Amino acid sequence: MPSTDEIRADLADIVNEVAGIPADDVQLDKSFVDDLDVDSLSMVEVVVAAEEKFGVTIPDDEVKNLKTVGDAVSFIENRL
Amino acid sequence: MTSTRVVVTGLGATSPVGGDVASTWSALLEGRSGVRQLTEEWAEPLGARIAAQVAVEPTEVLERVKARRLDRSGQLALVAAIEAWADAGFTGPAGEVDVDPERLAVAVASGIGGVTTLLSNYDNLLAAGPRRVSPLAIPMLMPNGPAAAVGLRFNAKAGVHTPVSACASGNESIALGVDLIRLGRADVVLVGGTEAAVHPLPMAAFGQMMALSKRNDDPAGASRPWDKGRDGFVLGEGAAVLVLESAEHAAARGARVYAEVAGAAITADSHDIAQPDPAGLGATRAMKRALVEGDLAAGDVLHINAHATSTPQGDVAEALAIRNALGDAAGGAVVTSTKSMTGHLLGAAGALESVATVLALHHRTVPGTINLTDPEDVGLDLADKTRDLPAGDIAALNNSFGFGGHNVAIAFRSA
Repeated sequence: MPSTDEIRADLADIVNEVAGIPADDVQLDKSFVDDLDVDSLSMVEVVVAAEEKFGVTIPDDEVKNLKTVGDAVSFIENRL
Repeated sequence: MTSTRVVVTGLGATSPVGGDVASTWSALLEGRSGVRQLTEEWAEPLGARIAAQVAVEPTEVLERVKARRLDRSGQLALVAAIEAWADAGFTGPAGEVDVDPERLAVAVASGIGGVTTLLSNYDNLLAAGPRRVSPLAIPMLMPNGPAAAVGLRFNAKAGVHTPVSACASGNESIALGVDLIRLGRADVVLVGGTEAAVHPLPMAAFGQMMALSKRNDDPAGASRPWDKGRDGFVLGEGAAVLVLESAEHAAARGARVYAEVAGAAITADSHDIAQPDPAGLGATRAMKRALVEGDLAAGDVLHINAHATSTPQGDVAEALAIRNALGDAAGGAVVTSTKSMTGHLLGAAGALESVATVLALHHRTVPGTINLTDPEDVGLDLADKTRDLPAGDIAALNNSFGFGGHNVAIAFRSA
């Protein structure tokens, strides 16, 4: 079972790949939209890549609740 | 006959023979072919296993995140537009430089659009289901995607357009740009075309039309317009963009002028979906109208960059059309086909060849047609090597024709 920070780091790599945000900026308290400038289409790409990476399912209805990086990390942790 | 004069103030290109205008132009003057063998596994079953792919990968030039959100055709268009915009002397987007965003338009054409994005997403759909289809697939595959990317980059708010007329598309975008300026709807228009269709499906489809050269063992010799040994065109990819500007706007900011777009004429054959009118009547009318629109006489035309794709029928039909359009003056024009080196860029062909035509007037030098070892007797002065053009006021034509019976002739006047 990966640690919270390992999940955050893997997610940060995905955000970097998709949106070009430096991985170090992808911290738990950061908002995808307001702080990291991840637009709605990029967010879909992040979600699909995260599903593949972590082997979890993130339903479309849940995505709108994932406001911050921390929200996403907790969601993934709870399903691993 | 029209009051608003339209001039060319910037050029950009990424082509099979060079990653920018300077390298493309020097390759054309040196007679270098951009055609190569396709050694990829997917090409093995194809009849034609040669193509002219871009000399410089767009992903080497564009920032990574920008590039991954664009179809290859959009990437190529953006590379060419960035060069053209800078070449016109602009250092930032409209609003930050001497261009009003609401007076800047875009017309960037494509023949086939984002076909590789469409097909790769379909592959993903079949292999892994709808969840693996990219949320960017639609903005990437839509034919107006490249034009929109260019418009976003330079803050164009006077309208963004994508003329689609197969292999005449690039020239049609130039004609549209001229219209927009002459109608007073824009001061500056980024015009051009882009194509990225080197993929087994388009190649198989063109192959089924018997349109492609199968000279697989001699890639550099495969595109040979007007040569008796020609057996079809070579598929090329790339993009070219020109900055068109009203002469008044260009003069006010002290812009360098390469040439004037004197006339731009569009006609349709209404003959057949794929075959050109064998008498070339539509092509003849396009050239004649472009000259009338530009207040030019047939004798003013000292150079023609022909559509000549290296197909058995098309090259000869166009030569007939040129003779009919220019009459006794036809022999006074140095005629070339730069497709002998670049292959056929489909929706980008007219744009790239207009860049070559403009540079021929600017430098008074016409790139020769390579592989013209046993020419057909078409009654024209075909350039089989680099040729000089005289000083003084002269004009040149660039022809593009497309499946669907589209004919577009652009008449340029030297600056």
